Amino acid sequence: MDLEMNLNAPHSMGTTIIGVTYNGGVVLGADSRTSTGMYVANRASDKITQLTDNVYVCRSGSAADSQIVSDYVRYFLHQHTIQLGQSATSKVAANLIRLLSYNNKNMLETGLIVGGWDKYEGGKIYAIPLGGTLIEQPFAIGGSGSSYLYGFFDQAWKEGMTKDEAEQLVVKAVSLAIARDGASGGVVRTVIINSEGVTRNFYPGDKLQLWHEELEPQNSLLDLLNSSNPEPMNI
Amino acid sequence: MSSIGTGYDLSVTTFSPDGRVFQIEYAAKAVDNSGTVIGIKCKDGIVMGVEKLIASKMMLPGSNRRIHSVHRHSGMAVAGLAADGRQIVARAKSEATNYQSVYGEPIPVKELAERVASYVHLCTLYWWLRPFGCGIILGGYDRDGPQLYMVEPSGISYRYFGAAIGKGKQAAKTEIEKLKLSEMTCREGVIEVAKIIYKVHDEAKDKAFELEMSWVCDESKQQHQKVPDDLLEEAKVAARTALEEMDAD
Repeated sequence: MDLEMNLNAPHSMGTTIIGVTYNGGVVLGADSRTSTGMYVANRASDKITQLTDNVYVCRSGSAADSQIVSDYVRYFLHQHTIQLGQSATSKVAANLIRLLSYNNKNMLETGLIVGGWDKYEGGKIYAIPLGGTLIEQPFAIGGSGSSYLYGFFDQAWKEGMTKDEAEQLVVKAVSLAIARDGASGGVVRTVIINSEGVTRNFYPGDKLQLWHEELEPQNSLLDLLNSSNPEPMNI
Repeated sequence: MSSIGTGYDLSVTTFSPDGRVFQIEYAAKAVDNSGTVIGIKCKDGIVMGVEKLIASKMMLPGSNRRIHSVHRHSGMAVAGLAADGRQIVARAKSEATNYQSVYGEPIPVKELAERVASYVHLCTLYWWLRPFGCGIILGGYDRDGPQLYMVEPSGISYRYFGAAIGKGKQAAKTEIEKLKLSEMTCREGVIEVAKIIYKVHDEAKDKAFELEMSWVCDESKQQHQKVPDDLLEEAKVAARTALEEMDAD
């Protein structure tokens, strides 16, 4: 067993990130684990970052790279908003992210999902994975935990969901990914963006539904001996 | 309004005692000597027309283009010094493609007008440059609908329902004001623009002219293009008939 933890490994967000459009807007969701090798550097990080009043981005991959890209794009979008005289659209935000990701592909390691609402296009989700491609999709998943969600979304995704249906789908999906992916964990954060504005929600890890083979949290396994069924370990 | 600014008009970086920059006013005179250019905003798009005065009978019809496409969704009609106009069109095209590359969407017409105006204004700030001797009518169709802007040699740019520059601008403006633009489609607008240009053309002073027209509207799928040949012919016929009826009075 390797007890040597590399505490100087680059901060990486193992991550599960999701963006989903619904009838009227978008829902963005993410886990909250930031790891340095095997050590969890931050168990309650906020991976959903604001770019403008109406556009947010989910960050995955290298924490530093995703932060610097978000910071640059927030700066450019701010100037653009002033010049334009009105809010920037989610397509413009996504394009700026794409240009940075593509033109610096040799140096960066970050996958991003841009989600926002504007008066011309409504709710839109744009995925910008590692190489710097830009693809507009009705929903997008990313990060190491997303591997476990492709089949789930193939089955569970529907066109034209309500706001609550969409949010429930996102929370369930992140929770499933956290259960299987060691690099994802902590809490589930969601951000809902629509014509009325932005709503942030928070789902603590212990309030999430238990999946297959997940045990109830308990103080000590010795409590099992004093419980009603003292030999549950027997197969 | 005509006055000589003796002594204060030698450089674009000199104000006169009554607060005028004469070089810019002289540049505007160069525009006034050119053939009339008009633009109107109809309910579904923009129509622009140019009275192209023919310098020589040996020129091929269709040469000396005065209306240029800046991007798929917008175009510019230029009056005044042709070479200056070419420079401004090149700059506008460059701004439009650059905006598209950076922001991923076609440049909003308002933004394009501001950039062109700012470029024209730039040349009024330095003694080693001269102001552009052209006026520009810029028409485009973006997410916020059809829009019409006019840029003057001073660098001022305003948004208009109808605009006219060049020789017959006063007469043209009077005619445009008579039109009910908000109820007119571009198809109807093309006929009206042709009629106005034929009307303000001075047969006595200037011999021959060629009519050049473009539009950007729902019918052209929000793309800037030359008015289709059949519609252009129809417009010319209607304009000539209208003139004859007027002369017959």
